[in-house]
Amino acid sequence: MSKTTGLMGWIDERFPLTKMMEEHVTKYYAPKNFNFWYYFGGLAMVVLALQFITGIFLTMNYKPDGELAFKSVEYIMRDVNFGWLIRYMHSTGASMFFVVVYLHMFRGIMYGSYKKPRELLWVFGMLIYVALMAEAFMGYLLPWGQMSYWGAQVIISLFGAIPFGIGDAVTLWLKGDYIVSDATLNRFFALHVIAVPLVLIFLVAAHILALHEVGSNNPDGIEIKKNKNADGIPKDGIPFHPYYTVKDLFGLVVFLIVFFAIVFFAPEMGGYFLEHANFVPADPLKTPDHIAPVWYFTPFYAILRAVPDKLMGVMAMGAAIVVLFFLPWIDRGPVRSIRYRSTAYKVLLFSFVIAFIVLGYFGMQSPTPAGTLISRICALIYFGFFLGLFLVSRNEKTKPLPERVT
Amino acid sequence: MHTMINAKSTLKGLVVAATLLLPLHVAAAGSSVELESPIIDTGNQKSLQRGAQTFVNYCMGCHTADYARYSRVAADLNLSEEDVYNNLIFTTDDAGERSKVGSLMESSMSESYGKQAFGVAPPNLALTARSRGVDWIYSYLKGFYIDPSRPGLGVNNTVYPGAAMPHVLWEQQGMMKAEYEEVDGHDKLVGLTRVSEGTMSEDEYDDMVADLVNFMSYMADPIKQTRHRIGMMVMLFLLILLGLVYLLKKEYWKDVV
Repeated sequence: MSKTTGLMGWIDERFPLTKMMEEHVTKYYAPKNFNFWYYFGGLAMVVLALQFITGIFLTMNYKPDGELAFKSVEYIMRDVNFGWLIRYMHSTGASMFFVVVYLHMFRGIMYGSYKKPRELLWVFGMLIYVALMAEAFMGYLLPWGQMSYWGAQVIISLFGAIPFGIGDAVTLWLKGDYIVSDATLNRFFALHVIAVPLVLIFLVAAHILALHEVGSNNPDGIEIKKNKNADGIPKDGIPFHPYYTVKDLFGLVVFLIVFFAIVFFAPEMGGYFLEHANFVPADPLKTPDHIAPVWYFTPFYAILRAVPDKLMGVMAMGAAIVVLFFLPWIDRGPVRSIRYRSTAYKVLLFSFVIAFIVLGYFGMQSPTPAGTLISRICALIYFGFFLGLFLVSRNEKTKPLPERVT
Repeated sequence: MHTMINAKSTLKGLVVAATLLLPLHVAAAGSSVELESPIIDTGNQKSLQRGAQTFVNYCMGCHTADYARYSRVAADLNLSEEDVYNNLIFTTDDAGERSKVGSLMESSMSESYGKQAFGVAPPNLALTARSRGVDWIYSYLKGFYIDPSRPGLGVNNTVYPGAAMPHVLWEQQGMMKAEYEEVDGHDKLVGLTRVSEGTMSEDEYDDMVADLVNFMSYMADPIKQTRHRIGMMVMLFLLILLGLVYLLKKEYWKDVV
């Protein structure tokens, strides 16, 4: 650690400020060959911060009460100064969070970033993803619109499929009532603004600490720490600050252009970010014609509907998420990056991505025989990816790895 | 070679991103008839003023809109608060006094009274343009036709069959009769023809409904004009900032070999 004097010196004698800065920022050596796909981790952090800040301001005027919730949101949208901006940033932020997280996860899969020694890093990331889904699900109830209400009703009722009377007990416990009601709204509010955000912060810290312990992977999937200069610095590494801070700044501005284009010009995003039915207050006596979760849940919802049996469907949906946790052990090949892997792998990954997107599409539509058939095929492709990967990666014919990053 | 792969994977990424962001069109649920699209512009204040007049005169007798405020309507439609108070406020507050200009646009008809009169409480109209869409409202207001099978109402609606609402604007539009055609052994409603004259011509009626829909569209999203204006400035700022951060990145990365 560099020796500091003056105020910094005074602090450093009492708190490891310079040490931390160097370890995580100025002397954290990242591979110099990061490409487009490496923007999304940082962007996810920015969106998290945006959600925290806008969320805090929303709670100042929001009323978590079955009688008042819907109206308080309209009050924020109309009577609170710039309330509309804060609310649209929060609602757009929710969807954009999943956009960047999905791209971030795809990057991790494509370049084998979950492989040894980054298994825990991946597992922490998956835990963040699950916490994020819980956060988004509970947040979506708060505007107390028709889709908030019935979406929650449908998703909570899924737990009812668990046999031996456990399911009913769990749904009752989650709702705090026999139907989704004021009690449900209150507890979801508490969980959405305190419990889950707290969990998220801890998990993000663990994710970053794990990353900085093992170092970043890169598009070539080779370990830059294997090639160090006389000072013990990786030859292909550059300090995170200033190189990646300025590069990420560029990516951030591009992201903000997309983000604010949505916020200012298309906050509903054609009904995908804010569903039309959610502009009608929750009514327990009137079921909407078509209940669909928000787009980021629809691939899993499609898998649920693809299975004829309810319990099996719920299990398939859960398995679709759980299986991702085990990716580091399912993929047995030593080569990380898609650049040096076999055609078989590329075909598998490509089909997986297509299946995921197609599932997402059909999860939004009302069920039709053709849609169900396509969903079933795609669900098989989804799970087939993991099985195929397990088999293919055993004796995969890979290309030779380069000595240095390219 | 690797740059090619890079470019290819980047392109693939953009395609994925575009697919996720593309606002696809969603059909309004719940009706099978083709909806008509009115030509409206929430920037046209004359149209909004005419629409507001129709709204307070013909809709607010039964429907509430109590997320919106009269004073906000005055400010956004370029009307003075006195004008709004004298010409657009026909509702009364709890004390029976005419509603204050700063109050919410709450109908004088209570929910329970509405429920008793119509079988279902007339819905709040402040957000209907966002939940149903402007095309739906426009077509709904043009979709009333004579149906003697509906006791008390005598009318039905092409867009919302079984609607509990009477044809409030029948004096203006005149009464319409449904035309049927036989399709696969079923009578299919194919259109409406006018059987009695209204005080307005068909074009005049369409214009009035379009103005009303325009006002409801404004009321559902009153900040829209401002949002677009600020949005343009934000975009301009971000584009300039983008140029600057790009140069900054280039400058720093000069020494990365």
